[in-house]
Amino acid sequence: MPTAAKKTKWTGAVLAAAALWLCFVGAPQVSAQTATVEISIKNHHFQPTTIVAPANQPIVIRIKNLDPTPMEFESVSLRVEKIVPANGEASVNIRALAPGSYKFFDDFHQDTGNGVLVVK
Amino acid sequence: MVAALVIVFREVIEAGLVVGIVMAATKAVEHRGQWIAGGVLAGFVGACLVAVFVGAITAAFAGMGQELFNASVLGIAVAMLTWHNVWMARHGREIATEMLTLGKAVVAGSRTLLALAVVVGIAILREGSEVVLFLYGIVTSEGGWSLSIFLGGLAGLALGALISVLTYFGLLRIPGRYLFAVTSLMIALLAAGMAAQAVGFLEQANIVTAFSAVLWNSSGILSDSSLLGKILHTLIGYNDQPSGMQVAVYLATLAVTYVLMKLAAPTPIPAHLRR
Repeated sequence: MPTAAKKTKWTGAVLAAAALWLCFVGAPQVSAQTATVEISIKNHHFQPTTIVAPANQPIVIRIKNLDPTPMEFESVSLRVEKIVPANGEASVNIRALAPGSYKFFDDFHQDTGNGVLVVK
Repeated sequence: MVAALVIVFREVIEAGLVVGIVMAATKAVEHRGQWIAGGVLAGFVGACLVAVFVGAITAAFAGMGQELFNASVLGIAVAMLTWHNVWMARHGREIATEMLTLGKAVVAGSRTLLALAVVVGIAILREGSEVVLFLYGIVTSEGGWSLSIFLGGLAGLALGALISVLTYFGLLRIPGRYLFAVTSLMIALLAAGMAAQAVGFLEQANIVTAFSAVLWNSSGILSDSSLLGKILHTLIGYNDQPSGMQVAVYLATLAVTYVLMKLAAPTPIPAHLRR
């Protein structure tokens, strides 16, 4: 029956909305201490290329640029972009993350500057 | 050469679209060419200054200077765009009438040109500073100017200018009596997108923390970093992973603009007084 199918669809939509609402209002209440991870960049390569951080707590990535040229630390999935001056350093704040792999790159040198943040 | 072209082009898309829309929105206004050219020039100078002082900006405000700077200039742009829309809601009809009766551009609109010149300047400053830093990096690391990089950068800039031209002439195809309505809507969406982007920077700086969970992820369908995603990002503020707060601020900006434009609209002339 089309009405039954419609009803199931509506129930699904309401449940999805409720789930969405839960993660919407639930997230800010999760407050844990911040984990700090360090990474450097040399000759437009990240060192190390893989960094690890704990899940479900805010992360700060400290980026040291050892090159005499500026770089831009960027990640689509982490929703950050930040210029790191030549021979300088900068930090980016990352919200608490679910376990998984999150890619990042040097926007100015995408052919060499690639890395991944593994959250577990 | 291709790398330089791609990076420069990607950065100038946004500024190119903004200039095209602003040119169309001020079609009937006298001297807009000078004002907008002034905005472009000021934006370019600003971009170089930002690039030079990027170290100081980064270190400011406990390392969150870049985020605060970006959020602030975006906030200014939002205010200017909204002010323009409200001003046009009040005076748009006069301008249109004057244009029809006199058949020429009007002086009245020059006040809103300052606001739009600021917007153009900000768009160029934000994207341009990255271009300057990128090209500076190439110059210092790869041993000076190479002709191919110079040509690549130039081609990227030319493509950006082409986007402006296409946007402008595309919008001019819209019949005159709808043009103001369409450009007002586009400017409102531009402002809402910029407001959401400003919130994104404040979230990155941990200043705005409420409703920071990502509301949806449509990167599988249309990624922010694709060409279409990038264009829609500028035009309507498309974001493939927006936070709840970003969506709320986006909608609020549209609502506030709508209400202000309604309040500013002149009361219609009664039928018996109309000629």
